[in-house]
Amino acid sequence: MVLVYSDDEKNMLELIAKAKDVSKELDEKATAVVFDTDDESLAKKYIMHGADRVFMVKTGLNTFKGEEYTDAMEKILEETNEEVVIVGSTKNGKELASRLAAKLDTGCVIDCINLYVKDGKLTTERVVYSGNAIAVERFNSKPAVVTIPPKVFDPLPEDESRAGEVIKKEVKVDGYPSRIVDVKEMKTGEVNVEDAEIIVSCGRGFKKKEDIQLVEELAKVLRGTTGCSRPIAADLKWLSEDHWIGLSGHKVKPKLYIAVGISGQIQHIAGMRDSDVVVAINKDPEALIFKSADYGIVGDLYEVLPKLTNAVKEKMS
Amino acid sequence: MNIVVCAKQVIDVSEIKVDPSTKKPVLQGVPLKISDIDKNAVEEAIRIKEKHGGKVTVLTVSSSDAKERVKELLAMGADEAVIVSAPENADYDVVSKLLAAAIKKIGDYDIVLGGEASIDLFSGQMGPRLAGLLGIPQITYARKVDAEKDKVVAERDVGDVVVTMESPYPVLITVTKEINEPRLPSLMQILASANKPINEWSMESLGVKELTPKMETVEVKGVSMERKNIVYQDDVDEAVEKLVDSLAKEGVLR
Repeated sequence: MVLVYSDDEKNMLELIAKAKDVSKELDEKATAVVFDTDDESLAKKYIMHGADRVFMVKTGLNTFKGEEYTDAMEKILEETNEEVVIVGSTKNGKELASRLAAKLDTGCVIDCINLYVKDGKLTTERVVYSGNAIAVERFNSKPAVVTIPPKVFDPLPEDESRAGEVIKKEVKVDGYPSRIVDVKEMKTGEVNVEDAEIIVSCGRGFKKKEDIQLVEELAKVLRGTTGCSRPIAADLKWLSEDHWIGLSGHKVKPKLYIAVGISGQIQHIAGMRDSDVVVAINKDPEALIFKSADYGIVGDLYEVLPKLTNAVKEKMS
Repeated sequence: MNIVVCAKQVIDVSEIKVDPSTKKPVLQGVPLKISDIDKNAVEEAIRIKEKHGGKVTVLTVSSSDAKERVKELLAMGADEAVIVSAPENADYDVVSKLLAAAIKKIGDYDIVLGGEASIDLFSGQMGPRLAGLLGIPQITYARKVDAEKDKVVAERDVGDVVVTMESPYPVLITVTKEINEPRLPSLMQILASANKPINEWSMESLGVKELTPKMETVEVKGVSMERKNIVYQDDVDEAVEKLVDSLAKEGVLR
């Protein structure tokens, strides 16, 4: 059996599609796990997207907590003997999968971009060395625990004729001495760079906060979204973290990505490397960003940006 | 407050060159360094020690000589280092078991610290794996840590939300790069750290028998990061015009 869990609903649908794929190869079934909800429509939704079974698990908690949810997953696995566990690569998912693998004394691969059975062994691919290579690894232990990031696979289309079983379970988990004290929403809801088709991003090349306006103007003309690199969001706080693109920020894959005044540190590249077309504007001809760009202009962004905004405006009208 | 910081010696990924014919990364000869985010963990450990006293031990499992790199962490302010020699073929399972065995040998600890992930492979697997083996609570992706006398309060950065967690000791915490700015040791500190102990432990001395990796690397393939790399260096007006034409041809201006 292939067990699937993600704390992100959209990601869950993508994982179910992949689980279905893998379970066919293994002649198994795809089982989705949802924790601590009475919402049966969620279970039905997962079935309509391909889950053969849904476990609605009550742990007594009302929200995700790594240690307890790991124990709950471990107990479910003891009962059902799954071969493969697919977890969503959210930060919660990654900490759950890793801890679970330790407790089950098995292997784990984080952030798989591909997953298949080869020579009878579950094989994974993931990006390593900050995007310079792909490691192909295979499991010599069971169950195989993997995490898959959002948007790697497409969900199956919703199909009301799909049938599946909903099984309610109660799992007693051990208490841990740690606890959640507070949960603060960070998202202002204004920007969603992950879904943006066009992004214009700014970096350290900007001298003051007001100058970000130049990027916003170009983004507006392109009907796109403003993004930024780490220093702008984390250090200078000129833009909120919603805009932050990079390894620790958001990972994006727009049709067009324009990096302005961004040097192109590997941490930033890791967040935007899947973009279709990349444009870089930087005054330093040696800037790393040009290596990751399709088109580049070497020049002063304060001169280039207004001219580019005007030229785009003309072209699009 | 006794703190063990797990730090990994990695290849400096920004120095990796790609073989143009095979597209594979050339790892040989790439300089080594302590993974950046593990330095943030060391910095945080030193700050906690400055507040509460105690001892900071840096722990690394490495298949190559890590002594030189570990000295930098002692110069920053760690008190002692432990280097465990790892077999060439070590996966997360093997390394986490060696770390756990070493931590048990170190004995008395309140906090185990580490970076959220290492910059070479960026999994973020080691921290929670280790916490699972030690059977202690974990706080991952902490961007703020406030260590009090009998408990720690930390903010987990989970993307859209910040979750504030509280835990008594012992606890394992992984930190993000945003948590602090690692200090640069002065020449005096570097000289003064020369006498700090670096213990080298073998697997046998930890009582660990042969470990078989759970994962097998089939290959490390190159990525075809195929970018056109067309750079306009000429006159700005001309460059802008050419760029807009190219973007129109790409079909991204609608």
